[in-house]
Amino acid sequence: MNYSKPEFKEKYDNFINGKFVAPLGGQYFENTSPVDNSLIAKYPRSQKEDIELALDAANAAKDSWGHTPAATRAALLNKVADIIEAHLEAFALIETCDNGKPIRETLNADIPLAVDHWRYFAACIRSEEGSATELDQHTLSMNIKEPLGVVGQIIPWNFPLLMLSWKLPPALVTGNCVVLKPAEQTPSSATFLMEKIADVFPPGVVNIIHGFGPEAGKPLASSARVDKVAFTGETTTGQLIMQYASKNLNPVTMELGGKSPNIFFNSVMDADDAFLDKAIEGAVLFAFNQGEVCTCPSRILVQEDIYDAFMARVVERTNAIIQADPYDVNTMVGAQASNDQYEKIQSYFDIGKEEGAKILTGGEANILDGNLAKGFYIKPTLFEGHNKMRIFQEEIFGPVACVAKFKDEAEAIEIANDTLYGLGAGVWTRDAHQLYQIPRAIKAGRVWVNCYHAYPAHAPFGGYKKSGFGRENHVMMLNYYRQTKNMLISYDKNKLGFF
Amino acid sequence: MDRIAITETATKVLNTLKAKHGALIFHQSGGCCDGSAPMLLEKDDMYIDESDILLGTLQGVNFYMNQDQFEYWKHTHLTVDVTEGRGASFSLEIPLGLRFLIHSRLLTEEENAVLNKKNN
Repeated sequence: MNYSKPEFKEKYDNFINGKFVAPLGGQYFENTSPVDNSLIAKYPRSQKEDIELALDAANAAKDSWGHTPAATRAALLNKVADIIEAHLEAFALIETCDNGKPIRETLNADIPLAVDHWRYFAACIRSEEGSATELDQHTLSMNIKEPLGVVGQIIPWNFPLLMLSWKLPPALVTGNCVVLKPAEQTPSSATFLMEKIADVFPPGVVNIIHGFGPEAGKPLASSARVDKVAFTGETTTGQLIMQYASKNLNPVTMELGGKSPNIFFNSVMDADDAFLDKAIEGAVLFAFNQGEVCTCPSRILVQEDIYDAFMARVVERTNAIIQADPYDVNTMVGAQASNDQYEKIQSYFDIGKEEGAKILTGGEANILDGNLAKGFYIKPTLFEGHNKMRIFQEEIFGPVACVAKFKDEAEAIEIANDTLYGLGAGVWTRDAHQLYQIPRAIKAGRVWVNCYHAYPAHAPFGGYKKSGFGRENHVMMLNYYRQTKNMLISYDKNKLGFF
Repeated sequence: MDRIAITETATKVLNTLKAKHGALIFHQSGGCCDGSAPMLLEKDDMYIDESDILLGTLQGVNFYMNQDQFEYWKHTHLTVDVTEGRGASFSLEIPLGLRFLIHSRLLTEEENAVLNKKNN
């Protein structure tokens, strides 16, 4: 079954205090689809005054929402999950249109996973509790978790609704009010969600503001009226947001990407079986979501004695990728999200070639037929080279992987860790010792072992080194949105005796 | 002999933004999404110290990169260009519907001898 571009209104507004509100300055920007570079709709070009309005609403709502029973908050999250699920196909189409990713991915990954994250956090809050300790016969230490207050969240464009669903539910379920800015490249699914859930939360609890980073993102990230900022993006903006937070002595969490190694030990080729087939797919996952994933397995490291045989299979599988109309359910790889990304990836092809890397396949744009010729398609690309090359060190954020050989375990670990980043990694082996020892030696927050690109709500995700800090998903995320109130209670009737 | 240059089109955009915002800097970003691209910021917005390497000055605008990133980049020559695009970062050209980007080439042997001697 094939789909086509969904219908949109001419323009949309911010969602503030439970209502859609036009930007005070009356300015809008045009959002286009990377599928064919056609206009989607106009979205608010918000300024500081719009952010202030949203912060007014969030601050006014925080006391009441913070005291709302956990059972009620959880029930509302479940309601959101049900609503997204009931409109799964509509959300999937919007996401494909806005981001360029193939419809089979949005139908089967982005939207169902988003639904599950709302349900997961609804369940978490009901099953965890604070703690109390009797420190001595008369003294009780009681830890009560309290919401922070108002949270600012800035999310990326690679998984628009999913990234929203990573960030909003844990903040809301712990009793915080949120002002969230979607990426300006992909404002549509957040807006559609607000249309569908406008009445679910009390006014002011969720506020969505659209606009450009320097005009709307910066005033949100630097406001003294937020109690925390959560950001997913790149390092310079991450550093800026930390500076602003330092002025307000606010906590922040940062997810800033990586250059993830995907390591294949020789035992993967001990048999030509289902596991080898899985491992080959595991290498080709670099092209998943057009490579626009913070944990894109963009460095493929293969043990030298299987290198030729294994890479022949990987190249063959890469060449079998169907890159076509993202609305076609057979399409595996769609369009890059914007023209600047498209241009940037091609500039990496230039420097890769200059540095002497060999192109095993791809290495150029893919000009598709008809209207799609105006879209931003890049052929899945494999470069062969060494780890000191810039294409091995920088996040290209395209369907591009760089391949290198290693001799033994020590060299695999050395190459894997020779990077500024430490977000994800993959280890593939049939060796029981390597299954544990190699992941432990890799400096990254998530190591997939004999799998890759799984993102369950129940497993913590976050970076080492310059990939950031703090974790997303998992019950532990609740504490990134809470204070601990310690009540130290004396049940002793007698004085200390000091004075 | 310079590590960094700027195209004519990018120069025009840079000068427009200088006229609007005053003193500016470039800072090369790393990491995901809109990363691996130069960010144009108001001069005093970002805390710059000895961990940031000054690669050169374009139209009076200093271009910085973090030291550890520079270690992987120092054998290449960079040219700042501009293209249509969007970005979720705080870079000042974004509201114009434009994004700065970097084109790179290897330094020539002669350039490498001079530039990387000076910096090591």
